[in-house]
Amino acid sequence: MKSAPIHYAFRQALVEAWAGGAGLLLPVGFFGGTVVLVPFSLGDSSALLATAGPGVLWLALALASLVTLERVFQADLQDGALDLWIQEDNLISLIAAVKILAHFIVSGLPLVLLTPLIGLMFQIPAEATVTAMAVYGFGGVSFFLWGGVAAALSASIARAGLLIAVIALPFYLPTMIFGSLAILEDGAGTSDLFLLASTLFALGVAPPFMGAALRLAAD
Amino acid sequence: MKILVEATKLASMRGEQILFMNLDISLERGEIVLLRGRNGSGKTTLLRQLAGLSQPQAGRLQRYGSQHWIGHNHGLKTHETPRLHLRHWANVWGSACDIEQILARLNLKRPADVPSRLLSAGQKRRTAIGRLLLEDRPIWLLDEPFNALDTQGHDMLRDLIEAHVSAGGAVIAALHGEIAMSATREISL
Repeated sequence: MKSAPIHYAFRQALVEAWAGGAGLLLPVGFFGGTVVLVPFSLGDSSALLATAGPGVLWLALALASLVTLERVFQADLQDGALDLWIQEDNLISLIAAVKILAHFIVSGLPLVLLTPLIGLMFQIPAEATVTAMAVYGFGGVSFFLWGGVAAALSASIARAGLLIAVIALPFYLPTMIFGSLAILEDGAGTSDLFLLASTLFALGVAPPFMGAALRLAAD
Repeated sequence: MKILVEATKLASMRGEQILFMNLDISLERGEIVLLRGRNGSGKTTLLRQLAGLSQPQAGRLQRYGSQHWIGHNHGLKTHETPRLHLRHWANVWGSACDIEQILARLNLKRPADVPSRLLSAGQKRRTAIGRLLLEDRPIWLLDEPFNALDTQGHDMLRDLIEAHVSAGGAVIAALHGEIAMSATREISL
């Protein structure tokens, strides 16, 4: 199997995600907005913020994935790049997967890196911050992959944001639940393993789904 | 192998309408086949089937060799410049050809570093045509390739097609009625 198409699809998607979505600013704005608004909506009790904070950010990550993925395959379909990728010897599933990973790196990974800073604002204890970062890092991949399946299925539909949410949210649930439990247990239970399993499952299952959906969208 | 494409009894439907059926197409090395027909007659659909982008509703399709595809949409990302686009696909295909030379040949030297959202339709079309020169592939599938090109562009593309065919390649192109082009065969849909 040739690796050059996958390598360069990844690079193109990174540049595109960076150039198209205002780069880092969108996720930073999204998470920054969450951080600023949550104390107003939940109250300023520091005990409450420290408990609820990691879960709220976890939710923000899930929603951020939905916001950014709407254009990822739709743009490819409209500008004709999808036609070219599909003609690359059956690599479309892998190409779709690396495009999603590129989007995760640009839009999801910033949350992982910002967690220590946000954690300070929410007064989350240091150990809990490390757990939360691990959960966001591994679980986020799963969110973006399922969101990618939904985005691929609705690639040919204009203003597909709502449809993407409706399709993707049921698939988010296992990851959502295990991630929240892992944050609550803070390394004491087995939920982190289940979270990892749900991400691995998404890594295995989502790419062929995306590939098939994209072929259908181009047909 | 002389035969590059062989299709028998192809059919396509859009909704409840039959675009074409029992269509036989063969393409050999050195041939130019033109698809003519009014708007909506299925030229693009047929080309997409030949490219493997779309499944025929009936019939058998065999392709013996790799193909280049130029569709209505050029495949340029909005941030890509002609130089970046050609370099990207050269990298994907592992081609070692000289991008600068191709840019010069397509008269794209001046806008070579302009992002595609600022390019004219003709410049985008030229960039897409540049992909044909990145890698030697026997089959060229061109969907109204002369669209948006100026007179000089028409001549350039005609020269490219003739050079490709005389080097043993083959072309299937969908064309508008008025464009003159010497061809081995014409198929009206």
